[in-house]
Amino acid sequence: MIEIALFAELAAPGQVVPAEPFPNGISRYAIGGLLVGLGAVVIYLGTGIAAGASTFLESTLSYVSDQSRFKQYRGSRDWRVVFTLGIILGAAVYAVFWQGGTWTTDVQPWRLLLGGVLVGIGTRVGKGCTSGHGVCGVGSASKTSIVGVITFLTVAIVTAQIVQAMGVSP
Amino acid sequence: MPLILVGGLIFGFGLAYSHMARPEVVLDFLQFDDLGLPFVMFGAAIVSGIAFAIMPRIRDSAPLTGDVYRRRLKSFDRNVLIGGGIFGVGWGLSGICPGAAYASLGIGNVAILWALVGMFAGAYLQGVWRSKRAAADSGPASAD
Repeated sequence: MIEIALFAELAAPGQVVPAEPFPNGISRYAIGGLLVGLGAVVIYLGTGIAAGASTFLESTLSYVSDQSRFKQYRGSRDWRVVFTLGIILGAAVYAVFWQGGTWTTDVQPWRLLLGGVLVGIGTRVGKGCTSGHGVCGVGSASKTSIVGVITFLTVAIVTAQIVQAMGVSP
Repeated sequence: MPLILVGGLIFGFGLAYSHMARPEVVLDFLQFDDLGLPFVMFGAAIVSGIAFAIMPRIRDSAPLTGDVYRRRLKSFDRNVLIGGGIFGVGWGLSGICPGAAYASLGIGNVAILWALVGMFAGAYLQGVWRSKRAAADSGPASAD
C-alpha cells in the first residue's frame, strides 16, 4: 500500500505515469495479445506468410481499380479478404459470447474519418501497420519495423495528447 | 484458405478480447490513462517471434504453400519514417488501426465504417499518386 501511495504521489506532476497505470488490469491485454500472436502464428505455420492487416486495403482496391500500384497485390487479394473476414468473425464471436451484444464508439465521426484517411496513407507508404510492423516485424527483430513502430507510436502519443489538450473529447 | 480463416478468427478474437477494437481504449493508452496496450502488441510480437525464430530451423518450407519460412524483413528508407509519421497522426487522432478497425466492425461498432471508408480513401490516394509517379519515373525514357 505504501508503495502504491508513493507511486501515485510521484506520478502526479505532469501525469507521465498515471496514478493508476492499469485501471482495467493487464490480463485482458496480455491474453488478447497472446491470441493475436497465436492467430498470426497459425497462418505462418501453414503458409509461411507473415500477415499484416493494412495490405488488405490496397489488395482489395485492386478488384476495382486498374492503378498500377495495386497490381502487385492481385496474387494475395483473395486470401487477404478471407483473413479480414476471419478478423471480423472472430471479433463477432467475442461480442456475442463475452461482450453480450454490440458496442459502439463515442469517438466523433470526423476523427474516425480523417484519422482513417491518414492511417490509410501512412500504413501503405510506411510499409506496415500495428500488425505488420508491430507484431510480425518486431517479432522478426526487423530494424525497419522497430524504427517504424517507434515512429508511429511516438507521433500517435503526441497527436493524441495535443487533441486532448485542445479539449476534443471523445 | 480455411487455415487463413482460422488464423483470422483467433487474431480478431484477440483484438476484441484485448479491447483494441475500441478506439477509446487505444486513446486511453496514447493519453497515458491506461498503459495496457503494449502488453497486446509486444505479447503478440513475442508469440510470433518464437515462431519466426524456430520454424526456419525445423522445416524449410510451409506445408500448404511451399513458401520458405522467413522472417518479416522490409528494407529501410525514408518512406518508413514519412509513412510512420502520417500513420501516427491518424492513429492518434482516431484511436484505430487497420486490424482493429476490422475487429471493431465485428463487435458491432458500425460507426467504425467512417474510419474504414477513410482508410480505403487514403490507401487509394497514395496508390494513385505512387502509380503516377512510377509512370513518370519510367515513362518516355524506358519506352523501348
